[in-house]
Amino acid sequence: MSGPALRLDRLAVRIPIGAGRFVHAVDQVSLTVPAGQVVGLVGESGCGKSTLAAAVLGLLPPGSEITGRVLLRDRDLRGLPEAEYRRLRGNDIALITQDPAASLDPTFPVGHQVAEAIRNHQPIGRRAARQRAVELLRTVGIPAAEQRYADPPHRFSGGMKQRALIAAALANEPAVLLADEPTTALDVTIQAQILFLIRDLAARIGAAVLLITHNLGVVAQICDRVAVMYAGQVVEQGTARAVFAEPRHPYTRALLDAQPVGHDRHGDLPVIPGRVPDLSAPPTGCRFAARCGSVHERCATAPPTVALPGGGEVACWLHADRSTVGP
Amino acid sequence: MTAAAAAVRRAWSAVQTLPRSARIGASILLVLVVVALFAPLLSPHDPNAVDAGRVLAAPDLAHPFGSDTLGRDVLSRVLSAFRASLAIVLGAVLVASIVAVPLGAVAGYFRGWVDQVVSRPLDMLLVLPALLLAISLIAIVGPGSLVAGLAIALIYLPILARVQRAAALLVSGLGYVEGGRARGWSALAVLRRHVVPNALGPLLVQAAILAGFAVQIEAALSFLGLGTQPPTPSLGLMLADGRDVLTQAPWVEVFPGVAIAVMVFGFNLLGDGLRRHLDPRGLAS
Repeated sequence: MSGPALRLDRLAVRIPIGAGRFVHAVDQVSLTVPAGQVVGLVGESGCGKSTLAAAVLGLLPPGSEITGRVLLRDRDLRGLPEAEYRRLRGNDIALITQDPAASLDPTFPVGHQVAEAIRNHQPIGRRAARQRAVELLRTVGIPAAEQRYADPPHRFSGGMKQRALIAAALANEPAVLLADEPTTALDVTIQAQILFLIRDLAARIGAAVLLITHNLGVVAQICDRVAVMYAGQVVEQGTARAVFAEPRHPYTRALLDAQPVGHDRHGDLPVIPGRVPDLSAPPTGCRFAARCGSVHERCATAPPTVALPGGGEVACWLHADRSTVGP
Repeated sequence: MTAAAAAVRRAWSAVQTLPRSARIGASILLVLVVVALFAPLLSPHDPNAVDAGRVLAAPDLAHPFGSDTLGRDVLSRVLSAFRASLAIVLGAVLVASIVAVPLGAVAGYFRGWVDQVVSRPLDMLLVLPALLLAISLIAIVGPGSLVAGLAIALIYLPILARVQRAAALLVSGLGYVEGGRARGWSALAVLRRHVVPNALGPLLVQAAILAGFAVQIEAALSFLGLGTQPPTPSLGLMLADGRDVLTQAPWVEVFPGVAIAVMVFGFNLLGDGLRRHLDPRGLAS
């Protein structure tokens, strides 16, 4: 049981879109999420963040091709038989999704759904599961958990639903928690509470958290490390502090500049010109080249991954003068 | 409070939230079912007792609905026929639903080739006109009330399966289905626990509406001599008998007709009311 809780090694995913064509949703992503840490995975919509989560859970659409390795505590999950994978889902790897309103089954009481999440993986009776579910609901901050146990989801507010879903996700003390935009559908005032709840509870059980988001503010608040994704590739990663203080990749810089925080409210927000490339036929060379302000002739070939002091990495020719770690 | 009492209370409060038309429809059907259950006790005479002295006798106190061409008591026959008809209709819709729910749910959840394998044969059934399908089946197997019921179930199977498929398709895209998989449930467990319970609403609506039509189909088949066989009382057969004596003795025709109308009315009210409550997207046609 050594090694980081979750490690992706040159993971690539191709999803069929019919007529023999594929979308290269995730390309050569290497990423490490150590136990007890929160790693943010940032990028705009459609950059492959959620596909990456599905790949870790083994829930890609049928016909998808996957290469590289997904390592859970050094155990390669790729090609695992479905029955074994099922034992991992919700037990060793848990997921919190972005839409709490749609993630609870409206036909069953909320507490019941938490209890079932436990019973699916642990050989305990109904009463014990119920008791444990009530404890969990209390832990995630649902007041009067005992009474709320039997309430249907529609009696819960959005924030309370997400709390209940966090309870269900952490019920079996997973090693890895995938949080796919967990606060997108929530009120701004609730967002921070939910984020800190996830971080604190994950730290308590020693889970590794991969926080998928397009919100840099979220990352800055709770992440230890950040990986910035663009068009299916990780273009930069490092400690949250380093990436925010000194972004190296032009895309990271553009993302940070496009944050509304600190800008004059009357001025226009800077935008990144152009659009995300078509991932069914990704461009050769640097994928950000078409939108990059610092584009030059070298960008026609794929940039090397450059190791940065402090453990970070950036995939950009602008930093290629340093020692490179890979093609 | 015991669990059973709590369940009854929950069911009752659920009933109270239904639209008025559904409650009226349900009340009518409840009365009808009670009448059907106790039909042998309620009927004043033997439905098959012939009385040559009372041929086409007008209604009186002992025979409130009058007598038919063979002097049999129309009230007793209506009660008995109505009981049989309700049993056939409910049985047919129930059988069709029990088969349609898993088929439609599987097709809608898995999509792709599974959907093709399940849905295409059902579509082929749907192509055939309903009565033609029923009459063909009866031509092969022979007439009888059981066969008539099966024919109705066969007509309804593809309709109900399509409704269930559409609802399952919709539900399968929702977060709790994906979430169920992410929590380690098998596809079949997700199907059973999340997809089917949440996709059942439109099917219930459709089943209630179809039950109303089934009353008419069953009566039509009997009317044509393809359903229940004489001397067993049947609403369709009674309509066929009464047609010849409509001007002299309208009661022979009118009372079975009213029985059919009340049944259809009850089912339709229930279906319409349930639709507003259970199928806001209008998946059931």
